[in-house]
Amino acid sequence: MSSPPANLIFRATKMLHTAQGPQLFDVSFDLPQGRLLAVYGSSGSGKTTLLRILAGLTETASGHIELDGEIWLNHPNNPNVPSNLNVPSNLNHPNSPNHPNNPNDPHGSNRPPGPGRYTSLPTRHRSIGFVFQDFALFPHLTVRGQLEFALPKHADRSIIDELLTLMELEELQHRRPALLSGGQQQRIAIARAIARRPRLLLLDEPLSALDDEMRSRLQNYIGIAHRHYKLTTILVSHYLPEIISLSDEAIILEGGKILDRGIPETLFPKDRIIGDIRLNGEIIDITNAGDTSIIHVLSASSTIKIVTPSGANMHIGQHVTIAYHHFNPVILPAT
Amino acid sequence: MIDWLPIWLSLRLALVTTAILFVLGIPLSYRIAYSRRRWSIFAEACISLPMVLPPTVLGFYLLLAFSPAGSFGHFLDHYLDLRLVFTFRGLVVASLIYSLPFMVNPLLAGFKNLPPHLREASRTLGKSDWTTLRRILLPNMRPSLVTGAILSFAHTIGEFGVVMMIGGAIPGRTRVASVAIYDEVQSLNYPLANHYAIVLLLFSFSILLVVYAINHRQSKAVL
Repeated sequence: MSSPPANLIFRATKMLHTAQGPQLFDVSFDLPQGRLLAVYGSSGSGKTTLLRILAGLTETASGHIELDGEIWLNHPNNPNVPSNLNVPSNLNHPNSPNHPNNPNDPHGSNRPPGPGRYTSLPTRHRSIGFVFQDFALFPHLTVRGQLEFALPKHADRSIIDELLTLMELEELQHRRPALLSGGQQQRIAIARAIARRPRLLLLDEPLSALDDEMRSRLQNYIGIAHRHYKLTTILVSHYLPEIISLSDEAIILEGGKILDRGIPETLFPKDRIIGDIRLNGEIIDITNAGDTSIIHVLSASSTIKIVTPSGANMHIGQHVTIAYHHFNPVILPAT
Repeated sequence: MIDWLPIWLSLRLALVTTAILFVLGIPLSYRIAYSRRRWSIFAEACISLPMVLPPTVLGFYLLLAFSPAGSFGHFLDHYLDLRLVFTFRGLVVASLIYSLPFMVNPLLAGFKNLPPHLREASRTLGKSDWTTLRRILLPNMRPSLVTGAILSFAHTIGEFGVVMMIGGAIPGRTRVASVAIYDEVQSLNYPLANHYAIVLLLFSFSILLVVYAINHRQSKAVL
């Protein structure tokens, strides 16, 4: 079975100035419409740079970006970039639609550029929704005001109420962001990014500022928004459970290059997934009840009760590791 | 009997100067704040120059430049029918240059202190630079706008050296309050000098009080 035609074509090179010194960012990928692609990598791997190049917020040394045949960037090869890293001409790309008279192009910028012609669609003309890591909410606007600002002139305003309902923000709509929790702010940021009905949703570590409980709840909101508005979404994350539960496929970035790409379940080796739960904590109480002991362990801010055969050599104040082994919890002295 | 004309003239000069500086200062500081080019350093140095230059030096060069005997002054006089020496207009132009850093520097600090993501977020929402400036950036830097406007106003009220060099002391035209104080002291009329001085002192103090009150309220409003 052949794969669906690419809706997003991305090729870009750029010199990154990382803590480890200069590094070449050189990334190419295609993404069919409606998919949710996760970009996984350690910090400094170029994840955020990828999103910023897509949004037109960061310049490239060379590159080509197309969405639905509309050219967002055509940056011919830069002589300063080594020739073996030069971007191939994408005008002959097999997935590239024939775009001279594309009716979807409101800016007349999608005529095929000559090989040497530089084109860069300004950020505001790119059909994107961008959720920043720090949410970048406007401090002076209410929740509703943020969404109203995001709407284009003469747009159908009913989407505001729809989004407020979908993201469960109706009760907060007249509040300003400073008084809201991280989770609420994140929902506003997603709603605001979607309000103008972009074709491409870009999420830059949207859950990194939240605690674990909030993360799992808010993953659902991202999934709901992605499906409900039939978006093509790119999610940058270094948190595997989030990637596995949300994405259709993932790419692993390392040192500015794509290391691997595939379905998340097969892409990430099992031992990198936190399937075997391991929690570190401290014993705060031991209750003996006949043959068993109930050991209370304080881990992060939660207390976990573990039932073990009595006689285990444990004492209050001891640091321990709790692990799930063959579906059963075990308690071990911390290593 | 106190003559209110110099005080009224000072207020008028300060008001006109502040209004013009407000309109000029916003685009100027915006360009400097977001420019990655070298010229912005040069521009910042030029704008701040009146802060470190003795006012008489600035006034002296402006006098030379505006004098109809000089080529620039001659051009203004001959082709634009604009006489800037010993006129109220000349005071306004000199005050614009003299008070420019007091408007631009607070605005520049305001722009630079805004989180960079605010501007980028607005652009990703399809907004032009003009809409972003008007609806996102300026409303979030109100304390800087107020500080810039009030400092420029107060600084213009208090200017002396430049006014003396460029305007002299023509009653009703260029004899502003600070010059009137000097004149009265010269003629040993201390009580009248004191009247002018007290008005200026109270006025300056109230202005600072307003600035701090507004900034205090703003910082509480954001939370």
